[in-house]
This record gives sequence, structure tokens and C-alpha cells, in this order.
Amino acid sequence: MTTCPHCPTDNWPELERGYRAMLPGDVLAFIDGNRDREHSESLLIATLHMVQDHFGHLGPGHLEAVAQLMQIPLAKVTGVATFYHYFRLQPRGRYLINVCLGTACYVKGAEKVAQKLMDELGIHFGETSKDGVFSLESTRCVGTCGLAPVVMIGEEVHGPLTPGQVPALLETYLARAAEEMAKV
Amino acid sequence: MPQPVHDFYQAMADRVGRSLADRDAEHQVVVQVGSATCEHAAGSQAVADELVRHIRASGRKDILLHRTGCTGRCSREPILGVRLPGRLPVKYERVNRDLVHRIFTEHIQGGTPVAQHVLDHEAGPLPERELLFCEGSRCHGSGPGPRERFAAMLAERGVSRESVRIGAASCFGACGLASDHLASAGPATYVLARPEKVLYRVTGEEDLAAILDGHLIGGQVVERLRAQEEPIALAFMERYGDVAFFNRQSRVALRNAGVVDPESLDEYVDMDGFKALADVLERRDPDWVIGELTKARLRGRGGGGYSTAAKWTMARKQADATRFIICNGDEGDPGAFMDRSMLESDPFNIVEGMIIGGFAIGAQRGFFYIRAEYPLAIRRIQQAIETCRAHGLLGRNIMDSGWDFDLEIRLGAGAFVCGEETALIRSIEGERGQPRVRPPYPTDRGLWDHPTVINNVETFANISAILRYSGDWYARLGTEKSGGTKVFALAGKVRHTGLVEVPLGTPLARVVNDIGGGVTGGRELKAIQTGGPAGGFIPASMQHMEVDFEPLQKAGSIMGSGGMIVLSEDDCMVDIAKFYIAFSQDESCGKCTPCREGTTRLLEILERITQGKGELSDLDKLERLARLCQRTSLCGLGRAAPNPVLSSLKHFRGEFLAHIVDRHCPAKKCVALIHYEINPEKCVGCTICARNCPVACIAGTRKEAHVIDQAACVKCGNCFDVCKFAAVDRV
Ligand SMILES: Cc1cc2nc3c(=O)[nH]c(=O)nc-3n(C[C@H](O)[C@H](O)[C@H](O)COP(=O)(O)O)c2cc1C
Ligand code: FES
Repeated sequence: MTTCPHCPTDNWPELERGYRAMLPGDVLAFIDGNRDREHSESLLIATLHMVQDHFGHLGPGHLEAVAQLMQIPLAKVTGVATFYHYFRLQPRGRYLINVCLGTACYVKGAEKVAQKLMDELGIHFGETSKDGVFSLESTRCVGTCGLAPVVMIGEEVHGPLTPGQVPALLETYLARAAEEMAKV
Repeated sequence: MPQPVHDFYQAMADRVGRSLADRDAEHQVVVQVGSATCEHAAGSQAVADELVRHIRASGRKDILLHRTGCTGRCSREPILGVRLPGRLPVKYERVNRDLVHRIFTEHIQGGTPVAQHVLDHEAGPLPERELLFCEGSRCHGSGPGPRERFAAMLAERGVSRESVRIGAASCFGACGLASDHLASAGPATYVLARPEKVLYRVTGEEDLAAILDGHLIGGQVVERLRAQEEPIALAFMERYGDVAFFNRQSRVALRNAGVVDPESLDEYVDMDGFKALADVLERRDPDWVIGELTKARLRGRGGGGYSTAAKWTMARKQADATRFIICNGDEGDPGAFMDRSMLESDPFNIVEGMIIGGFAIGAQRGFFYIRAEYPLAIRRIQQAIETCRAHGLLGRNIMDSGWDFDLEIRLGAGAFVCGEETALIRSIEGERGQPRVRPPYPTDRGLWDHPTVINNVETFANISAILRYSGDWYARLGTEKSGGTKVFALAGKVRHTGLVEVPLGTPLARVVNDIGGGVTGGRELKAIQTGGPAGGFIPASMQHMEVDFEPLQKAGSIMGSGGMIVLSEDDCMVDIAKFYIAFSQDESCGKCTPCREGTTRLLEILERITQGKGELSDLDKLERLARLCQRTSLCGLGRAAPNPVLSSLKHFRGEFLAHIVDRHCPAKKCVALIHYEINPEKCVGCTICARNCPVACIAGTRKEAHVIDQAACVKCGNCFDVCKFAAVDRV
């Protein structure tokens, strides 16, 4: 792609190079592969998912690169990214802790587990611990209500949890993080 | 006349039959492990790894490790099943690595089951054989009559009750089958003999005697009494029929969950998969499909309960020939997980339902809209779509019929409102998921302004079964107004949490008490919440009502998508109503004022009440505001959001009054209205409470009664939870 039929800027090739450099190869391939498909703009959410999977969050630069390369106004890209709870605009820690505050978990005492997590980590929902290992978020039902109350760390679901089990659970992830750090 | 579709299906079925027969011939022993989000959370992957290690170490080549989806017995997972030739299948509950070792050495190698870890097994030795009597209310000869008679006959002949178990089960679904009507008239009961997996149709005492003497004692199948057609859930019952949690259910949508490997097309085809699609494509008659659905009285399982046949008809008669079909897998109700389970455990069934739907309405493309919080469901559906494409079941010229159709997945991104159909369409289009005014309905103008049908996952899960076993059969399972079964996600304060599928019209109490095992911890049932944030509460006094769309609505709740939360006397209704309003307020998309502002003000008032600052006039305000929000909101979210408030006010007004007038929370849940005290009579001075107090507000020395400083106490309840002598009172 050297010329863009939709944008009359004469420095597009240069801009494009800059934007392409901001996104990983699989996302670029996805955007390029869909460009000529009918309703290609409908793949915006799918694209944002891929970007977030790669970086862990959607930064302002990422949004702009997606907007430019997909030829969708940045206002709309930002509008979509902020509308959906699943998209995070701030960087997060190595492990994302999602406390389920769905109904089943709520009636089984999820609030106490959440409180314990906040006490142990010293952070609130939406924040990241100082060491950068944990971010804390809440979610509404991860679909394992039978095990309520549950907490999802990364893609792993833990439940039923009592506040008393929280410190040990965090320890296992801390140990894992230390192990992974030691490898690199 | 050439029958290309039929030939295609036959060739596929033959290939599958051969390959599975080869596999079974090589493997005498089958060990089954569940693989689904909930099973993984409970540790099933470690169990599977441990098994692989044991199988390898033993050097045995005749053991098959079979991965299935999940059965929906959440509170006992991970579940591990062992099938030895000629024996009843045994399931173990809460299996861990150590138990795998015992099961492997004692049961698989040694032949003796580890009885004390068998799923839902009380005590005593395991039976060797079992006869399950259908006692569904729709079976002609329902009730315990034939079963008791048979048990008496066993005793007369001196057969030991320990080796033969006589059990009762709900409807096998055989009663409505064509062969049942062709067979000799008169009341009949169906009896399943395990492990032989033979279904008998019994009409009288001579038949019972023939089974006893011929089958049980003589060891010969009594061919004369054998049911002519296999009913739908036979494979499921064969494996799980001995467990009360399962045999009181009627599995149609969930028939393959926990039976097939969700990643294996072969196993799905072996369960008659794609037979219905082959039939549809061979007949080439969309009206026949819709006609069967009409007879089935199938109503959408996503919440609204709209007739599926009517919806499909509307899309079909549009002039615009570009049409779409969408599967709504957004499952937004917090506390519901049946759609996840179906997508994960039986993905090919949902895919088949969608292809049939696509054909019936004349669509070219279909979309799965699945919430991003369900990564495993997304993977399984993706894998199923790709497998179907590779086997000529999707894409061009499906099953050699000359018809083209394809499916793709679009992900949700954590917005509850996107479950609403017009918002969902916006989301697939890549926009903010905000609903728009209806009409026009999506069947007129939906995705990219073309006619579009949106159905729930469970609705699609029923399609192939209806076409395979007929609409009349399906209708007979349900009630006058709604055919078939409904899956409920049973959670909250109930002993057996999990997935329960029962015929519509089943009393609620049966679901919660007989199948769910009643309330946990010996507490009293207070209410059953159905329908999630759009639903309401059924008080314990009304627990005998039938579950169906209309009765639930009349009681001020809704069927919803099937979330069922059991609440006990420890739950405060004001608090739970507040919980739901907080949810709706948070999820309101903000487009229309009544919903955006209405839910915010409702929440404020409820917060006031739970903090003990409510006034009597608040109840009036709540009601007026709730009605306003109901009447004037743009979409179903705002219109239904006040339901939990109105329903709790209707059934539990007294609890609101207690909060407002007496400044008292009867369930002792609302933090502002309770405090903790240490009973000096009971306190032994163990100091555990003081050590666990986060604000160090408990004073006292060892072996002396402790005291809480009320001014400093933050009422976290730690002392209450940790005290081993019940010396801390919550008042
Ligand atoms: C706020 C809101 C959320 C909804 N969420 C879901 C959902 O998660 N899953 C679903 O199938 N239907 C949901 N619905 C209902 C859908 O709008 C639609 O009626 C349904 O998918 C139609 O399928 P059915 O006819 O098979 O039930 C929701 C409706 C509203 C108003
Ligand atoms: S409510 Fe927490 S997993 Fe469903």
C-alpha cells in the first residue's frame, strides 16, 4: 500500500509507515486482509480486541494508528473504545485480577473477597499495584456461578474463594511472576 | 430420483460409524474428563494430565481418555467418569491428583470402584445393574406404581436389592415419539436397563415379569418389549441416569453436554448430528421447517419468549433477498451460564441450528455474537465452524445441496446492553452498542438494513432436536402455550448449583428442592430470583407455581434467559434490589434520559434506605419513578430495569418498612443497620477476633471476655466469621 485513495495528503506514505510501525504484524495483516471486504469498518471491534490482546491495553497511539489504517475517524474509534467496558485505556499489571460481582457471587459474599484483595494489594478497582504485578478490576459474571464467589486471574478462574484464601492465592501468582522475571 | 444430500449424509455417517467402531474396538476402558470453563476452574486439566501420566506409565493401550464438555454439575466438579466393559459407568466427584491415583489403581486396574468418592453416592456398595423407571408427569403410567410393583416382585424372587438398583427418572422423552402412538394402546411406562442400555416399553405386570425373568435373571434382552425408537436423551441417561440431580431433568438442549467431545465432529454425527440438516436440505422446503417449529410451540429462550416460527416467517416474507441470521451469545444476565455451557459443550449443535435457520429464512450469512469474557466458547465455536467448512457442512454447496451459507464470529466487549437485539446489530456493525427505536424490527431492517433474525443460543440448541423428533413431540414436553424444556442456571444459596433442564410447566419447588437439593446450611428459602436484572422475585410462599413465561410474568417476574438465584433468609431484599439497580444503572448506555437518570435516582433512594436514612415517602417515590422508567425508556434495558424494585416492593414491603421505620435490617445484611457485640458469657478469651480485627478495635486479654469499641469498629464482620465459639453476635 503506497497510495491511499481516500486521503489526499501528500505525505501519506510516510505517515502510513509511522502508523504501521505502531501495530504488531498480525493486526496489520488483519486490517490489510479486510480492507476490500464489504463492511470492513464493522471489524473495528475485532481489531481493537487484537490490539488489546497484544499490548494489554489501548493507548492513544494505538487508537490513532487503527483509525488511520482502517480509515475510520478517530472520534469514532475513541467512541467505541470508551463505550465497551472490556477495553482498557490504561496500561495494566502482569496479571489482571477480575473479581466477579455478578449476582451469584454477590450473594455468596464476593464483596468480602474484593475487600480483602484491596486490603492485601493496597489498591482499588481500576488500579495497578506498585510492583506492576497485579491490576484489579471487577466484572459481571464470568459464567462459573456454580463456583461462586469467583475471581479470574488472567484466563484462570478460581472459586469458591474465602477472604482467608486470598493471600495464598496472590502468593502463587507473585511466585510465578518472579519466576518469569528471572527467565528474562 | 437422485438424492445427493441423502447420499452425502449417508457417506458421512458411514465413515463416522467405521472410525468410532475402530476406536471402540481398540479401547475397552473409557475414562472421561470434563473440559469447560467451570471444569477447568475446578482443576480438571491437572486431573487429565495426571491420568495421561498414569495411562502411559501403565503401558496399557486399551484405555481411552475421553474429553467431554460439562454436564452442569458445577458444585461437584471436576467430575471423572470410568466405564469398564459390561459395568455401570461410575462418576467421581471433586477429583484431584491423589484421587486419580487411587481411582486408577483400585478401579481401572483393580476393578473395584472407590465408593466413597462416587458422585452423589450416599453410602453402601455400588449396584451392578440398574433399572430406571420413567416417572415423568407426561408418561401415561406415571407415578411410582410400576416401580414399586417391580421392587416387590424382585423381593419375591429373592434377588438381592444391593446388586440391582431400582430408580426413578423424569421423562426420557419417549412418550411423544411416533412409535409410542403406533404401539399397542393403553398406558405405558418406559424402563431403561443399565448398563445394557436397553429401553423397554412396559404396559402391564406380565411385561414386568418378562423383564425380571428374561433380562435380569436370564441375561437376555426381551426384544418384544424393546422401544422401537431411541429417545433423545438416551445416551445421557445411560451415563448419568443414576444421579438424582440428572435423572430428574429432561435433557433436550443439553442432551450432548458431558456426553460428546465438543471438538469432535465424528462424535456429534454419531449422536444423529446433522441428520436434521440433511433432512431439511433434502426436502428443500422452508415452510416445512417453520411448520414444525409452529407445531413445537418453540418460544425464544433469550428472555422475550417470542414465537420462533413467527419471527422466521416475518424475515422470510421480506422482499429484500439479502438476509442475515444471528446467534445471540452475549449472555449478559449476571448469574446465568447456560449459553456458555452449550457453546462450550456442544458447539456443533448450535452451528447446525444456525445453518437450518439460515436455510429457513433464506439467509446467505450468519454471525455468532459471543461475549469476550467467554474465551473457551469462542475457541470451540471457531473450531466447529472451521471443521464444518472442511467437511462440506458450511460454505459452498452444503452437503451437495447446491446451497451456500457461511458463518463467522463477532466478539462482544463487555456491554450488557449489547444483548438487546438492535444494540447487538450496531455492535456487529462496529459501532457503539446503543439500541434504536423499534419498529422497524430487525426482521424488517436489521444488520446493514437487511432483514435479520436474532435468536438466543438455547433457541438454536433446540432446532435440530425438534426437526429430528418432530414438532408435536417437542410440544408435548411443555405446556399449552410453550413447548419443550428450559435450561436454568441454578446458583446462589442452593446445595447443588449447576445447569438444570426441565420441561416448561415444572413447579419451581421441584427445580430448587428436588434437583437443587434445597437451601444451603439448613436455612429457610426466602425467594427465588428469575430473569436477572430484568426480572423479579418469587417469594417462598409461591414456590409451587409452574415455570413458564406467563405465570412468572403474572407473579411480577419474568422467565428471562434462565438465571435462577436462590435467596435465603440471610439475604436482604432491599440490598438485592439495590444490587440489580446498581447493575442496570452501570450498564445503561446513556442514550435515553428515563433510563439514564431514572436508574440513578432509584439507586440513590435505595442507598438511602439501606443506610437507615430512608423516609416513608421514599416508597412512593420508588414506585412512581419505577413506573415512569418502565413506560418511557427507549429499550428493554430501561423498561425492565425497575422490575426487581417493584417486585421486591410487592412481595417484601415489610422489609422495606423495617429499614425505614425501625432502622433495622431483618436479614442483618445492611452494614449501616447492624453492629457486632461480644457475648461475655460465651467468649473464652482465645484472642482470635482481636488478632483478625483490621482496625484493632477489640480489647481484652487472654482467657478474658473481649469487648468491641463500637466507635472505632468498621463492621467488617471478621470477628463474627473467625470466632469458633459463636460468641460474636450480629445485632
Ligand atoms: C438489555 C437487554 C439485554 C439482553 N440480553 C440478551 C442476552 O444476553 N442474550 C439473549 O439471547 N437475549 C438477550 N436479550 C433479548 C434479545 O433482545 C432478543 O430478544 C433475543 O436474543 C431474541 O432471541 P430469542 O427469540 O431466541 O429469545 C436482551 C434484551 C435486552 C433488552
Ligand atoms: S455471578 Fe460470578 S461467575 Fe456468575
